[in-house]
Amino acid sequence: MATIDSKIPEGLVSEKWTNYKAHQKLVNPKNKRKLDVIVVGTGLAGASAAASLGEMGFKVKNFCIQDSPRRAHSIAAQGGINAAKNYQNDGDSVYRLFYDTVKGGDYRAREANVYRLAEVSASIIDQCVAQGVPFAREYGGMLANRSFGGAQVSRTFYAKGQTGQQLLLGAYSALMCQVNAGTVELYTRYEMLDVVIIDGRARGIIARNLVTGAIERFAAHAVVIGTGGYGNAYFLSTNAMGCNCSAAMACYRKGAYFANPSYVQIHPTCIPVHGDKQSKLTLMSESLRNDGRIWVPKKLEDAKKLQEGKIQGKDIPEEDRDYYLERRYPAFGNLVPRDVASRAAKERCDKGFGVNNTGLAVFLDFSQAIKDFGRKEIEARYGNLFDMYEEITDESPYETPMMIYPAVHYTMGGIWVDYELQTSVKGLFAIGECNFSDHGANRLGASALMQGLADGYFVLPYTIQNYLSDQITVPRFSTDLPEFKAAEEAVKARIQKLFNIKGKRSVDSIHKELGRIMWDYVGMGRTAEGLKTGLAKMKELRKEFYANLFVPGSAEGVNVELEKAIRLEDFIIMGELIAHDALTRNESCGGHFREEYQTEEGEAKRDDENFFYVGCWEYQGDDTKEPVLHKEPLVYEAIKVQTRNYKN
Amino acid sequence: MAKNISFTIKYWKQNGPKDAGHFEQREMKNIPDDTSFLEMLDILNEELINDGKEPFVFDHDCREGICGMCSLYINGTPHGKTATGATTCQLYMRKFNDGDVITVEPWRSAAFPVIKDCMVDRSAFDKIQAAGGYVTVRTGQPQDANAILIPKQDADEAMDCATCIGCGACVAACKNGSAMLYVASKVSQFALLPQGRPEAAKRAKAMVAKMDELGFGNCTNTRACEAVCPKNESIANIARLNREFIKAKLAD
Repeated sequence: MATIDSKIPEGLVSEKWTNYKAHQKLVNPKNKRKLDVIVVGTGLAGASAAASLGEMGFKVKNFCIQDSPRRAHSIAAQGGINAAKNYQNDGDSVYRLFYDTVKGGDYRAREANVYRLAEVSASIIDQCVAQGVPFAREYGGMLANRSFGGAQVSRTFYAKGQTGQQLLLGAYSALMCQVNAGTVELYTRYEMLDVVIIDGRARGIIARNLVTGAIERFAAHAVVIGTGGYGNAYFLSTNAMGCNCSAAMACYRKGAYFANPSYVQIHPTCIPVHGDKQSKLTLMSESLRNDGRIWVPKKLEDAKKLQEGKIQGKDIPEEDRDYYLERRYPAFGNLVPRDVASRAAKERCDKGFGVNNTGLAVFLDFSQAIKDFGRKEIEARYGNLFDMYEEITDESPYETPMMIYPAVHYTMGGIWVDYELQTSVKGLFAIGECNFSDHGANRLGASALMQGLADGYFVLPYTIQNYLSDQITVPRFSTDLPEFKAAEEAVKARIQKLFNIKGKRSVDSIHKELGRIMWDYVGMGRTAEGLKTGLAKMKELRKEFYANLFVPGSAEGVNVELEKAIRLEDFIIMGELIAHDALTRNESCGGHFREEYQTEEGEAKRDDENFFYVGCWEYQGDDTKEPVLHKEPLVYEAIKVQTRNYKN
Repeated sequence: MAKNISFTIKYWKQNGPKDAGHFEQREMKNIPDDTSFLEMLDILNEELINDGKEPFVFDHDCREGICGMCSLYINGTPHGKTATGATTCQLYMRKFNDGDVITVEPWRSAAFPVIKDCMVDRSAFDKIQAAGGYVTVRTGQPQDANAILIPKQDADEAMDCATCIGCGACVAACKNGSAMLYVASKVSQFALLPQGRPEAAKRAKAMVAKMDELGFGNCTNTRACEAVCPKNESIANIARLNREFIKAKLAD
C-alpha cells in the first residue's frame, strides 16, 4: 500500500508555518521569469494565486470556462469571510478560530493546515481592504462584523450580502492588473480536459477552446487547479450551472488521490424545491440566522393545514411553535453549524412537520427581529436577500416567514493535497474548494472565502516555490512531445465516442436521474443498504449514458451540449466515488451521516478508533473499476478530540 | 399556487459574428408560471434536442443574479422588464401572460460581437478593467485593515458602486453603445475610498481611453443605462467619472 506523506513540518502547531517559511526553498527573481505556471480556474483561489504568482515574477497562464474571470462562482457567496482579528474584543484569537474550525469539521480536518489557515486569516482582510474591497463599516469608520454558525464570537467580515462578489472582484482586479503588466496570460472560455504527465510530473494541460472547439495544448513547469467543488453531481445544488468536477476528475484519472469525497455539505437555508423543471437551488445566506428564528408547528394537525394551504405560518400562535434549534441546542440556538441545522430540519420534516405543499420546508421567521429592530434596520441588513427571495417565491419575508430547506452547497472533500497543497502527482497543486484539506467533515459558514484566499494569496505562492526551486534548470517544454500528442488524441477520441452514441436522451435528462439517485441514496441520511442500491443504480445509469445519450451538433464551434456531456460523464464517476467513500466510512461525522451510527438523541456518532483518517481514493485505470482506498492517519497534537457539543 | 401558461417564443439564431442571423419560433405549451425564464429556455432546448435539433445558445451561470453572465434582450429590454431590477435569470414566467409573443435577442452592440445565437463576446469589459480598474497593491502584509478609517457613508456609497456585475445591459440599452455606466461605477468605487485616491487620475484617464479605443460610443445622457441596470447603478457615477476625468486632464 502506498504511503501517504502529508509533509507536515516539525514543531508546535503554532510554529509550523513560520518554520516552514523560514526553511523552504525559494526561487530568485531572475529565475522566476524562466518558470511557467498554469492556473486553472479564476475563483477566489485561482484568481488570487494567478495574480500573486504573476506579481512575484512567474509566467502565468490562467484559464476559465466563463467569458470573464469575474464570473467564477465564488462571486455568489453571500454572507462573509472569517478572520481572527478580534476587532470586537469578544475574545477571538488565532487559536479560537483554529479550534472552532477543527471542531466544526467534526475533528476530521488536518490540524496543521487549519492552524495555518487561522494564522493567515487576518492578513486576508488587510490585503482586501488595501485593494479597495468595500467591507461594511461602523459609524466610527472601523470594520463591522457579524456572527456565523459554529462560533461564539463575531469574526465575520462582510459586504452587504455580496461578500463573495466583492472579494472576487478584488482578486479579479489584482489579476487584471497583472494581465496589464503582461505577467498573466488569460484564457477565457477554455475548459481543461486533461493534465499532461511527463516522467511522473505534471507538465501541462489539454484544454478545449469553447468558442472554436479546438483541442489545444499548454505546457508549464507546474499546474495548479482551483476549479471548485463537485456539488453538481446532485444536479440540483446551489452551485452555478457550469460548476463541474471535470478538471479534478482529469487529475484523479492521472493518479491524483481524491480525499474524503463523502463529505458533502448540505446547507440548511435554501429556497425549497418547487417542481421538476427546476434547474438549480438558491441559497439564502447563513447570516440570516443571526436574526431569523427557525421553527415548525408543534402540532401535526397545524403542519397538515399548512401543507394543504389552509392556514399560513402567521396564523399559528407563539405557544404552538417549535423553535427546534433553540430547544435542542440552547448554547448555539439558531447558529449551530450547517450539518447540525440541516439534519434537524430533515428530522422535523421526516416526522411530518414540514410547512409547505411538499412537506419539505421549515420556517425562517423575522417577525421578532422586525419587532425588535424595526423594518428599516432589517432591510439594511438583509434587503437584497429578501428581494431575491421575493423574486423567486412571490412572497415577501417582511410579511410572512420565509420557507427554507437544506440543499447541496459545498464539498469539503476534494483532491488530496499535502501541507504544500501539492497533490499525489508531483508538480500538480490543488487550491480552494477543489482540495480537501481544511474543513474536515463540515465547513463552517464564512470559511470558504477565507480558505480560497488563504490558499491563493498566502499559501500556494510560497509552497509552490519549494517545488519550483529545483526546476530552474528545466527548459520550457515543447507541446510537440509525444505525451502531449497522446493526451490530445485521447481527449479527441473521448469526444468522438460521445457523438457516436447517437441515442435519444438529452444530457440534462440523464443528469437529473443521477441527481435523484444521489439525493435519495447518497444525501443527508445514508445507510449501507441505500448506498449499495445507489451504486447499483449508478452502474445502470452509466450503461444508459453510453447507450442512449444524444449530443447534437459537431465538435467544432460552440457546442454547449457537448460541454455538458463531458461534465456529466465525470459526475457519474464522482457520484460513485462519493458513494464508495460513504459506504466505507462506517461512522457519522459532519456532513456524512450514516443512519446506523447515531446517538440516542439523533446526533452524529463518530468512531475515532477506526475512522480517524483521511480517506484517499486511487483510480484504477478504468472508470468501471472500483477505486482503492489509502489512509492518511490524522494526528492531533494541539487539540483534544472530543464529541462535538453545541448544547451547552 | 402556480398556474400554467402557453405562449410563442421567438428566439435569435446566429452562427457566428459574420452570419446575418434570423429568428426562429416555437409554441410553448403549459409552462408553470413559477418556472424561471431560463428554466423555460431549458424546456425549449429539451424539446429541440428531442426533435434532433441543436439547442438555442445563451450565456448563463449562477442563476441567482450575481455572476453577470446572463444577457438576454427580452421584448426590447435588456434582462426583460422586472419591477425591482433583476437579471434575466431572476425573471419568472409569472410576469408573462397566456398568449404572449416573447422575443429574445442578444445584446446588440458593436463592442459585443455575437459568438453564437445570444452568446456575445464581452471581453472588451475585461480589457477596460485591465487598463486601470484596480488599486496597485502587492500581495503580502499591508498595514492593519483598521488603520484606514473610512466613514460608513463613504464605504456604503463605494459598495453601491461596486455592486456592478459587469453584465453589459447598460451598453445594450444605450443607443450609442456607451460603456460609461460600467466604467463610471468602477472609477467611482475607488474614487470614494482613500485607498483608490493615489491612482485616481491615472485610472480615470486610462479606463476612458481604453473604452474609446474598443469602439464603445459616447454618453449623451439618455439615462437608458440606469433604467435597465439590474443593480441600480446610478448615473451620478457618470457625473463623478466626468469630474475625475476633467480633473485629471487639467492636471496634465
